[in-house]
Formats: sequence, structure tokens, C-alpha cells
Amino acid sequence: MNNWIDILDVNDIPRLGARVVRHGELDIAVFRSADDEIFALEDRCPHKGGPLSQGIVHGKKVTCPLHNWNIELESGCAVAPDQGCAREFPVRVEGSRVWLDLAAVDRVAA
Amino acid sequence: MDMSTPMGRGPRMKLVMVGNGMAGVRTLEELLKLAPDLYDITVFGAEPYPNYNRILLSPVLAGEQTVDDIVLNPLDWYSENAITLHTGKKVVKIDRSARFVEAEDGTRAEYDRLLLATGSNPFMLPVPGADLEGVISFRDIADVDAMIHACSKYRHAVVIGGGLLGLEAANGLMKRGMDVTVVHLAPWLMERQLDEPAARLLQQNLEAKGMKFLLQKQTAELVSSPSPASGGGVGERASEHRVTAIRFKDGDEVPADLVVMAVGIRPNTELAESAGLHCNRGIVVNDTMQTFDPRIYSIGECAAHRGIAYGLVAPLFEQAKVCANHLAHYGIGRYEGSVTSTKLKVTGIDLFSAGDFTGGEGTEAILYSDPIGGVYKKLVIKDNKLVGGVMYGDTVDGAWYFSLLRDGKNVSELRDHLMFGQDHCGNLGHQGINKAASMTDDMEVCGCNGVCKGDIVKAIREKGLFTLEDVRKHTKASGSCGSCTGLVEQILAVTAGGDYSATPKTRSMCGCTDHTHEEARAAIKQNKLLTIPQVMEFMEWRTPNGCASCRPALNYYLISAWPGEAEDDPQSRFINERAHANIQKDGTYSVIPRMWGGNTTPSELRRIATVAEKYNIPTVHVTGGQRIDLLGVKKEDLPKVWADLDMPSGHAYGKALRTVKTCVGAEWCRFGTQDSTRMGIDLEKAFFKMWAPHKVKLAVSGCPRNCAEVAIKDVGIIGVDSGWEIYVGGNGGIKTEVAQFLVKVKTPQEVLEYSGAFLQIYREEARYLDRTVHYIERVGLDYVKKKILDDAEGRRALYERLMFALSVERDPWVERAREGKLKHEFETVAA
Repeated sequence: MNNWIDILDVNDIPRLGARVVRHGELDIAVFRSADDEIFALEDRCPHKGGPLSQGIVHGKKVTCPLHNWNIELESGCAVAPDQGCAREFPVRVEGSRVWLDLAAVDRVAA
Repeated sequence: MDMSTPMGRGPRMKLVMVGNGMAGVRTLEELLKLAPDLYDITVFGAEPYPNYNRILLSPVLAGEQTVDDIVLNPLDWYSENAITLHTGKKVVKIDRSARFVEAEDGTRAEYDRLLLATGSNPFMLPVPGADLEGVISFRDIADVDAMIHACSKYRHAVVIGGGLLGLEAANGLMKRGMDVTVVHLAPWLMERQLDEPAARLLQQNLEAKGMKFLLQKQTAELVSSPSPASGGGVGERASEHRVTAIRFKDGDEVPADLVVMAVGIRPNTELAESAGLHCNRGIVVNDTMQTFDPRIYSIGECAAHRGIAYGLVAPLFEQAKVCANHLAHYGIGRYEGSVTSTKLKVTGIDLFSAGDFTGGEGTEAILYSDPIGGVYKKLVIKDNKLVGGVMYGDTVDGAWYFSLLRDGKNVSELRDHLMFGQDHCGNLGHQGINKAASMTDDMEVCGCNGVCKGDIVKAIREKGLFTLEDVRKHTKASGSCGSCTGLVEQILAVTAGGDYSATPKTRSMCGCTDHTHEEARAAIKQNKLLTIPQVMEFMEWRTPNGCASCRPALNYYLISAWPGEAEDDPQSRFINERAHANIQKDGTYSVIPRMWGGNTTPSELRRIATVAEKYNIPTVHVTGGQRIDLLGVKKEDLPKVWADLDMPSGHAYGKALRTVKTCVGAEWCRFGTQDSTRMGIDLEKAFFKMWAPHKVKLAVSGCPRNCAEVAIKDVGIIGVDSGWEIYVGGNGGIKTEVAQFLVKVKTPQEVLEYSGAFLQIYREEARYLDRTVHYIERVGLDYVKKKILDDAEGRRALYERLMFALSVERDPWVERAREGKLKHEFETVAA
């Protein structure tokens, strides 16, 4: 089962930046790369839980603001030699709108 | 050329590597990181082993490690990376037109790119008897095996060559019970690394362990005569063709059942020369490690770069990085040569040498000699820079001296204390223990990341790390505040072997570029670059939009070079400077409003109290900078908190003007000579909103009792009866640094102008993340004095540039709390 919902406009997210989408207790970081690709990860660094949404975005990576771990936006996983993954969520872009699959989010959050 | 299919569609290109040693395999590792699918890789190695750490042959010989311990890439590594490995096959032919190589046994491999990493051969003295049994070199595992075998059968070993390698061989043989004599042509040992006094100490030390020396002796012949006088084998007759003695030009003779020649190495260029490649004391390569045949690269001990064939591992790894970059078609890196240092791997001997230690015209030497204590140090200085040094008996500061040397730092300010090491140059803040060797495995090295010595040693051994950068990546040690860097380098030296440290002459900004901070600044200024993408395009960044380390630096360089014209890029700011508050470990923020000169009012305090209650702020803390910190503020509350506080931003989150600490001064204090509070407030108001390469802290004291602690501030002012003394470059952080006296002035207006001019030159010239102390250390206080004191016009111009830069800045809290700037930063989206 999918439950795609329209969450925000691509232009609501700064290029090379992120917005926090809050679903119940769960914070989801929605990132926008320089060429407007959109990624959604749980807003928790696998290292010490830092808010990835607050990091500096470069290429398809984000650097966690707490201890500079680099996380791949596509997989949510830390760049070696660091190890660990933030959970990633399905997003898609239609026109300029960003859609998030809440069913997948709920499955993960459960 | 089929350079068009980098992503593995269609046939892959073929890379063949001849030589399976450290430099070559490191190149493959770097290449696989950059372009894992670009090539089908084939490797030929003449030895029957996978890649091992040749530096550690000495500890293997000495029985301190085993061959298994020193293997860097086990056979699995080759198969995991789909590399075809031919061990025990010596390549004897390169066909450059048909593009294949051929081994002795006829094995062929075609190539699109060929990497020659054939290393070097030991030089064998061409004396009669050099081909006798028992005459060997010290170069590979086979040599070590032969030596170990000989140790169980024979007694007398002679090592020809009293250099680094020879002494390590002699030490190992002695440890295995041999009676060892070292024969050396020069008047003292290790003459290329040591001066005579240091070498004498070394010799005494080794003699005390039982080693014998024959200096200034020239070998004439190695003889084989089965006479009983030679000592012979224990329990076994020496074979007829085995060496039994060494004879010198002066007719002397010494018994020898084993002769190890360690008189030097020669780049192994035989194969390259036979293929017609240009060689001159090595296979000649350019700065991209390419030979005269553009399809053929060469790195390692066989390659001659700008006339030098390096024999130490650190420069070779630099070469590997550059070579891999070009093989991967990135085409950016350049190798520009290295400065090297040496350490002798003989347990119990502490020795370090680097650079030009002999001195000569235009140089000065600082000497420390304690022959009874067995300590000798010599530092050679030229034009206020350290250019070389030798240390014996106490090498704790070797890494520090080497970094001063490599960075070409001006040491005139340190000179008086230089000889006594880093700890005597003002390190009070975070001293800890600094003898890596004496530390136990459970002792903490890196206090920031909680890394113990054992963790570092384990990572170095298991992961085959060689550089400081590698250790940082894998263990985090020294990756945060950096104060344990020297210690980590020492552990590396002890664990991985001598020549460990990174050696580029200039440091690039980060992995995204080879350009230095200075080059980026100059390009921005000279070409009027106004945005980060412009800089990256102009300077050919190799990443699409940099990283978390270069982007903030570039953003600062742009706004400081072109105030009012270059636009600040919030996405290239660290979160604290983007949110204008300090992120805390739980993701909340802290808010520190500005209190001019540390003064506040009942009404401000009342507002702070109200805000703390209204927004349920859990902690209210008085800071060291005479202000109040509200901790645990939710990000979405920040604009409201700022609006309710109605106080200016304290910039406690930024690389910016932080606090101006003051004492109460002449207004209240019975000792006060000047109104320090007023001066502090004036300074703080004048420089408010100033971004800088790093945080900037000021203080003003009203008399020499110095209650505002100005000696540890970037700019510290002390009021005296006749005016004001200005001190610069103090630091109370990781490493305590006492501020240095800059000038004494008469009026508050002069205090503003001189302080402002100093801050502006720091803003214009310092590298991003260098504090004022680091900047002054680099350029020297004399330079700063020349610019600020001697050049009145220049000083005023600096001050005016600062005033202009500040005139275009606005209070970020006002913009966000009252004008809704960058609202999205503080709003979450519900779903």
C-alpha cells in the first residue's frame, strides 16, 4: 500500500539545502541538490542523532552538523570509513511538487 | 583512444602494472576509489608475495614482527577487486607499438595504460667475490629469509654500509645472535642524515649494544678460503663457494660468513630502458607521473621526478594519489616534490633528521649537546625559517619541527624557546602526555573523540594506514581540535615505520581542489569573482559544489574581499551561522544576546527572564565572555525569542566578533587608570557584525592588574596612566597563547584605529579557521608591525576598509525577527 501525499514545492527548499517535514514524532529531512534532485531521509545522523537537515549539502551528500560525518543522500548511508545509515524514504517530484509516501514512512516508523 | 566509456559499458580499458610494491598498489587503491569500473587491471610482481610493507623488513629481521604481520594487501584483496595478479613473474619486455608486456615465462598482457612501479635494486659493490654464497643485499623477504637462515648456522656477519638500511640490518642480525661488524666508507655513520656529533652518539649507543664498527674502510675483496681461522660455521663446514672473510684496501681482513651489502639503491630502470623510455637516474616523469610515452606512467623508487627518485614512502604515496587521479581521467592533481624526514627503526634508538641539517652560508645553527645524557639536537635556521634539524636521544618534538620546516613558518618569535620544544612555546591548555612510545595502549590520545593509543595502533596495523589523514579518517584521532596531531604522528612513526608524515610543500584547501587558501583568495581578488560557483569554475574544482570544508571558506573569502558586492550564501554557512544560534548536541540551539562591554541593565535582565520562562528555556548560563546564554531553544522559536529579547545578536555562534570583555575600570575601581568599560563598549560597537576567518575576542583592562585577562585575547588592551597598550594574538583555547605587545598609544581613537587595522589585515590575509595567533605565527609579528605601525597611510586604509565592510552588514537577528528574512530556515512542514 502506498499513501503518496503532496508535501511541499521544490522551490520551498533552498538549493543545496533541506527542509524539515514533521510527521507525528518523526522528523524527515527533505534535501534538494544543486540540480534539483530531491531526497528524503530520517533527520537523524546514524552517528549521534544529529539533525542532518541542518548540515551543509554538497554533491549528493550532506555533512552532519554535529561531528562532520558525510551521509549519502541517495542511500542514507555514511561515507566510508564511517559506518551506519539513516533511514531513507520514497519521494517523487511531479512538476514542481514534492510527494512523499507516508505509508512507507509509517512502516519504517512503526 | 577509447576514453569514452568510463562507466563500464562496453569493453573496459586495460591497465597493466609492472611491480607489486607499496607505491604501485597504493596507486591502484587510490584509482579504485575514484573509478572502480574504469579498468581491467593486471599486476605483475617478481616476488612470490602479495604487496607487503617493505619498511617493516627491519622489524621482521629483528624478530619483532613476522612476514604475515607486514602484508598490506592479502591475496583476497586482489580477487575482491577483480585484479589479475601474476606473482613470481618478472616482466622482461614491453612492446610499445602493439601495447603489451611479456614476462620471462611468456605470459603476456595487453594494455591501454601501463604503470611502471618496478622500484629499485640494491647496489652491489663490484668487488671480487661479490657473487659468493652468503653475500646478499637487504631488499626483500628473500633477503630476510637468507639472513635469518644464516643466523642459525654462522657467527660472523659483516654489513657494508653504515646508512639507515645497513644499521637496521646490523641491528636485526645482532638481535639474532650474530657477531656483527659494520663497515662504512665515510668518517661517520648515516652521513646523509646526521652530522658528526649525532653520529658519534649513535655509534657509542650501538657499540654499547655490542655492534662493531670499521669506519673509513674500503672493501677490496670478499674471499672464500676454508681456513679454520675464519671462524667457520657452527657444526657445519662452510661450502667452498661461501664467503669467509672480507679484505680491505689497507690489507686488513675480518672474518665474515655473511656479508650484507647496504650501500645504496639504484632505480630499477632496466625494463623501461629496454623499451626505449627516457631514463636519467630513474624513469623520467612529469608532474602527472607520466613518462615520455603518454600511455605509460611510472611511480615509486624507479621514477625520477624533477631529477629526484624518492626512496621514502610518504612522497611515493603523494605520487600515487596524483597518478591515480590522472589514470581515472580526472586530470587535475600535480606532484610537485616533497620534503622528507628520517627516523631509524632500531628499538631503543631515538633519532630524527630532516631537511638541510648541515647548514652553511646564510644559515645559523642552534645547538644543544649533552653527551653524558646522550642527547644532541641541532636546528638550522635560514631567513627566520627552520630549514633542517638533527635530533638524537630526544625526538619528542621531531614531528613539530618537521611541520614548522615543511610549512616554512617564520620562527623568529619562537626562536628563544625553539630548542626546548613545543611545550615550551606556550602550550598550557591541553598538554597531556607527549611521548608516544611510553604510552600504554589504554591511554587516551585524542581527548575530543576518546581515541586511545591502542585504537590507533590497531587501525594502523590492520588497515595499513600511513598518513595522518588516513588515521584521522579511520579513528577520528586528532580530527577535531587537532592538539594531539603531534602525538598521533609519533604513534604513526613508531607503528608504521619511519617516513610517515604527509609531505606536500603547500597544503590544498581540501580534497576538492589542489589550490591553497592563498591561491583561492588571490583568484577572487584579482579576477573579481563574486560567487562560489564562479570560483569553482575559474579554479577548476573537481567536485560539483565543493564540500563542508571549502564552501564556508570560499564564502568568507568572497564576502571579505567584496563587501556589499559578493552575496553571502547561507547554504555555504555552517548551521550556526545560518541559523544565527549555536546548535547543541540534541539539535536545539543556544542564544546569547550581546551585552556591550559586559554591561547590562535591569530592563534587559527582566526581558531575558521573561523570555526564558515564556519559551520554557531549560538552562540559563553565565558565559566566560560576560554575557548570558539561553540553552535549549527550539529552532522554530528562535525568531520569536530574538524579537522578545530585543537585544543585538551576540554572534556567539560565528566566526565573527564575539565578546569584548572589560573590567569596571576608572569609573569604579580604586586602582583604575582608564575608563576600560567605555573603551570596551566603543570597540564592541565599532566592530559589531564583523565576520572573520575565525572567532575574535577582545578585552580591555583599566590597569596592569589586568582583571579582564587581556593576555589571552585576539586583541587585548591595557589602560595605563599614560595611555593604552595594545596586545595581539592571544588565545585561551586549545593551546594557551599569550598575546604579544604590538604598540602603546595615547587616545581611545588610536586604540580603535590600530586595533581595527590589525583585525582587518587578519581578515584579509589569514587562512579561514586560523586564529590571530596562527596568522601572526605564519607571517611574523614584524610583518604586522611594519603594516600597522610603520605605514600610517596603510593603517588608515585598512581601518577604512574594515569600516566599509561593517557598514554593509546588518544585525542578523533584527533581519530575521522583524523582517522575516529566510523564514523557511525556521519553519517545519507538517505531513
